[in-house]
Amino acid sequence: MDRRTIENQTDMSATGYYTYFVTFILLVAGLFIVVARGNLIKKLVGLGIFQTSVYLLYIGPAKLIGGTAPILATEWQVYSNPLPHVLILTAIVVGVATLALGLALVVRIREAYDSIEEEDILAADLHADQLAHAQVTATHPQQSNRGSA
Amino acid sequence: MTNDLILRIVARLLIPFILLFALYVQFHGDFGPGGGFQAGVIFAAGIIFHALIFGLSDARRVIPDRLIETMMAIGVLLYAGIGVGGMILGGNFLDYFVLDADSIHGQHRGIFWVELGVALTVCGVMLKIFYMFAARGSADD
Amino acid sequence: MMHHLPVLQVVVPLIAAPLALLLRQRRLVYALMLLVSGACLGISLALWSAVQDGSVISYAIGSWPPPWGIEYRIDALNAFVMVLVSATALLTVIFSLHSIEIELPGHMHYLFYTMFALCLSGLLGIAATGDAFNIFVFLEVSSLSTYVLIAMGQQRKALFAAYRYLIMGTIGATLIVIGIGMLYLLTGTLNLHDMATRLDTTQNTRPALMALAFISVGVFLKLALFPLHQWLPNAYAYAPSTVSVFLAATATKVAIYVLLRFYFTLFGQDSFTELPLRPLIILLALSGMFIASIIAIYQQDLKRLFAFSSVAQVGYILLGIGIGNASGLLSAVLHLFNHGIAKGAVFLLLGIVAYAMGSTQLSHLKGLGKTMPWASAGIVIAGLSLIGVPGTNGFISKWYLLLAAMEDGQWWLAFLIVSSSLLAIAYVWRFIEIAYLQAPDTGTHLIRRLPLTLVLPAAVMVLATLYFGIDTRFTVGAATTAVGVMLGAP
Repeated sequence: MDRRTIENQTDMSATGYYTYFVTFILLVAGLFIVVARGNLIKKLVGLGIFQTSVYLLYIGPAKLIGGTAPILATEWQVYSNPLPHVLILTAIVVGVATLALGLALVVRIREAYDSIEEEDILAADLHADQLAHAQVTATHPQQSNRGSA
Repeated sequence: MTNDLILRIVARLLIPFILLFALYVQFHGDFGPGGGFQAGVIFAAGIIFHALIFGLSDARRVIPDRLIETMMAIGVLLYAGIGVGGMILGGNFLDYFVLDADSIHGQHRGIFWVELGVALTVCGVMLKIFYMFAARGSADD
Repeated sequence: MMHHLPVLQVVVPLIAAPLALLLRQRRLVYALMLLVSGACLGISLALWSAVQDGSVISYAIGSWPPPWGIEYRIDALNAFVMVLVSATALLTVIFSLHSIEIELPGHMHYLFYTMFALCLSGLLGIAATGDAFNIFVFLEVSSLSTYVLIAMGQQRKALFAAYRYLIMGTIGATLIVIGIGMLYLLTGTLNLHDMATRLDTTQNTRPALMALAFISVGVFLKLALFPLHQWLPNAYAYAPSTVSVFLAATATKVAIYVLLRFYFTLFGQDSFTELPLRPLIILLALSGMFIASIIAIYQQDLKRLFAFSSVAQVGYILLGIGIGNASGLLSAVLHLFNHGIAKGAVFLLLGIVAYAMGSTQLSHLKGLGKTMPWASAGIVIAGLSLIGVPGTNGFISKWYLLLAAMEDGQWWLAFLIVSSSLLAIAYVWRFIEIAYLQAPDTGTHLIRRLPLTLVLPAAVMVLATLYFGIDTRFTVGAATTAVGVMLGAP
């Protein structure tokens, strides 16, 4: 094996797996935050962390040790793989758009419900449903044997 | 914030350089980190900086809402237009090879225009998001 | 021009979106959208007829040859899905003229159509493309515009429904992109066709199985398979009526197409032998069929009732995929189309009811059979299709599903399919009882007259429900070709 072949490999020793460990810790941490936290903005933060771990998953293997930027030049033979970088640019833009949309929704929810805690919102919806149901049963007694929504 | 002299002077000094840097990033995307998305965001950041220091209504005077919506639409239409242009000139969609007699130069041209389209749209979107959020806050009070 | 059809299918609505943003005038934007959705339907029918002999149309974006460049690859399966999506889009646009007049403030109409055009472009892009990452990009384009469309609903519950859909949908899409990333790291290519050939020769199958697992879970989130369906009922119920129609007929169907594409074109039959996917899908599909149907019976709002019914019907489709033989796949592809038509009809009629009566709460709709006889009859017909009564298109797909279960020797499955249809009778009966067996409240009348643009799409969809139950040449023929392409794929 000549030097060039060795340089083409990514670092696969135990410390070389470092990127993947970080990826999966971030992945699970992000998912946990989305599920475990009731505050709507914290959920969005968890979603962002989850998406960031995916960027690492793509870019980690793309950078080759000894590889240069992926622009053709005569004195370099080893280049980092440009395709994952492009894919992650797209994914970052998608993540930004999702975050912006999520925050816009949170602003509107705050204006409509006066709270950004999931429990408060669900309680308010349940309360409104019960009020509507009570109104219906008050005016139409025979409806009351139907189950609630 | 608008009363703080230091902030106003520094903003006046820095904002032109931020906008210029955005243009630099835009045109050097071929050779280094950069390109349309990054340039659009930096340009929008310059305008947002202006809005933070000098007030939202002042920024609205500089870049009105109608202009921003037009920018968003024109950027996407520019990108799609280059694609359709490739189709009209004989290639497939987004074919840069046919955009010039020399196909390598055609790639240059194609990338230039689509990156411009991307920068326009991204700048418009970022500014629109900022305007919407910032206007909301003052309406609440 | 003919050569460029695959890409025009996606580019035409994509250009319509910024044009709608620029045009602003309601009438102009509406005319543009009519033109665009009509053009999309024409293009998809042309593409469909071109691939009926089992051939594949390949289109290289940017003239970069396929494994290096993005390729749009039209075969019988995605042409069928594109016909469904564009036909629904055209009917929805016709329907939307008056429907959004009462549900959205006037200054937002052009924004609604911008988002609608983006959503249409995204869905068609998912179907047309042959590149794995391109699927993710268009998936996110369609999903993000869907979140916006749902949030335009009248009640404040629409906002939280859109938020919840955003969180769950983004998790699903990110899981899909993790799977695609693993596949790219394994094979070195993103082109689905090329990836399939490389996966056949790869020795190390564990990353491929991991990728399959991630992609499966991500797509299950998008198509609302049983435990991951939490976003669907609220999203369909509280969105504007036009949006409910479009989503109910297309969103989950395109996700099912993505599943079929990854399972059969990419992994082939291996996907079922290496991982216990078949029992898992059958289990989840059965739970969805029963539990969602039972929950549907207890709903007070008709839109929410039929939304839960959608979850149950997706269970039928997944059951067909889980059974896995040719009849099962045929029933899955067939039900994809038939359910799209039937649910589209239901939600169009519910939109008409909302327009004329002001509400879709069952308590407000007593005696609907007398006040709106045609609409009630239409809902009953579509409901019969959901149950699977002979004469409606739902029967055809249920028939093939039963055939698939019996061919496989799973008599208990056939029994379960029939019993869940009985549950469907229960929730359709709730509507029939309120509409026909109860007298309307005194003073109940239509608050608005029904314009033709509302009635025509609904009539077309209901008639399609009946027509495709009697003349099955188009649906069964197209589905058979699609299944042949899927199973015979290299």
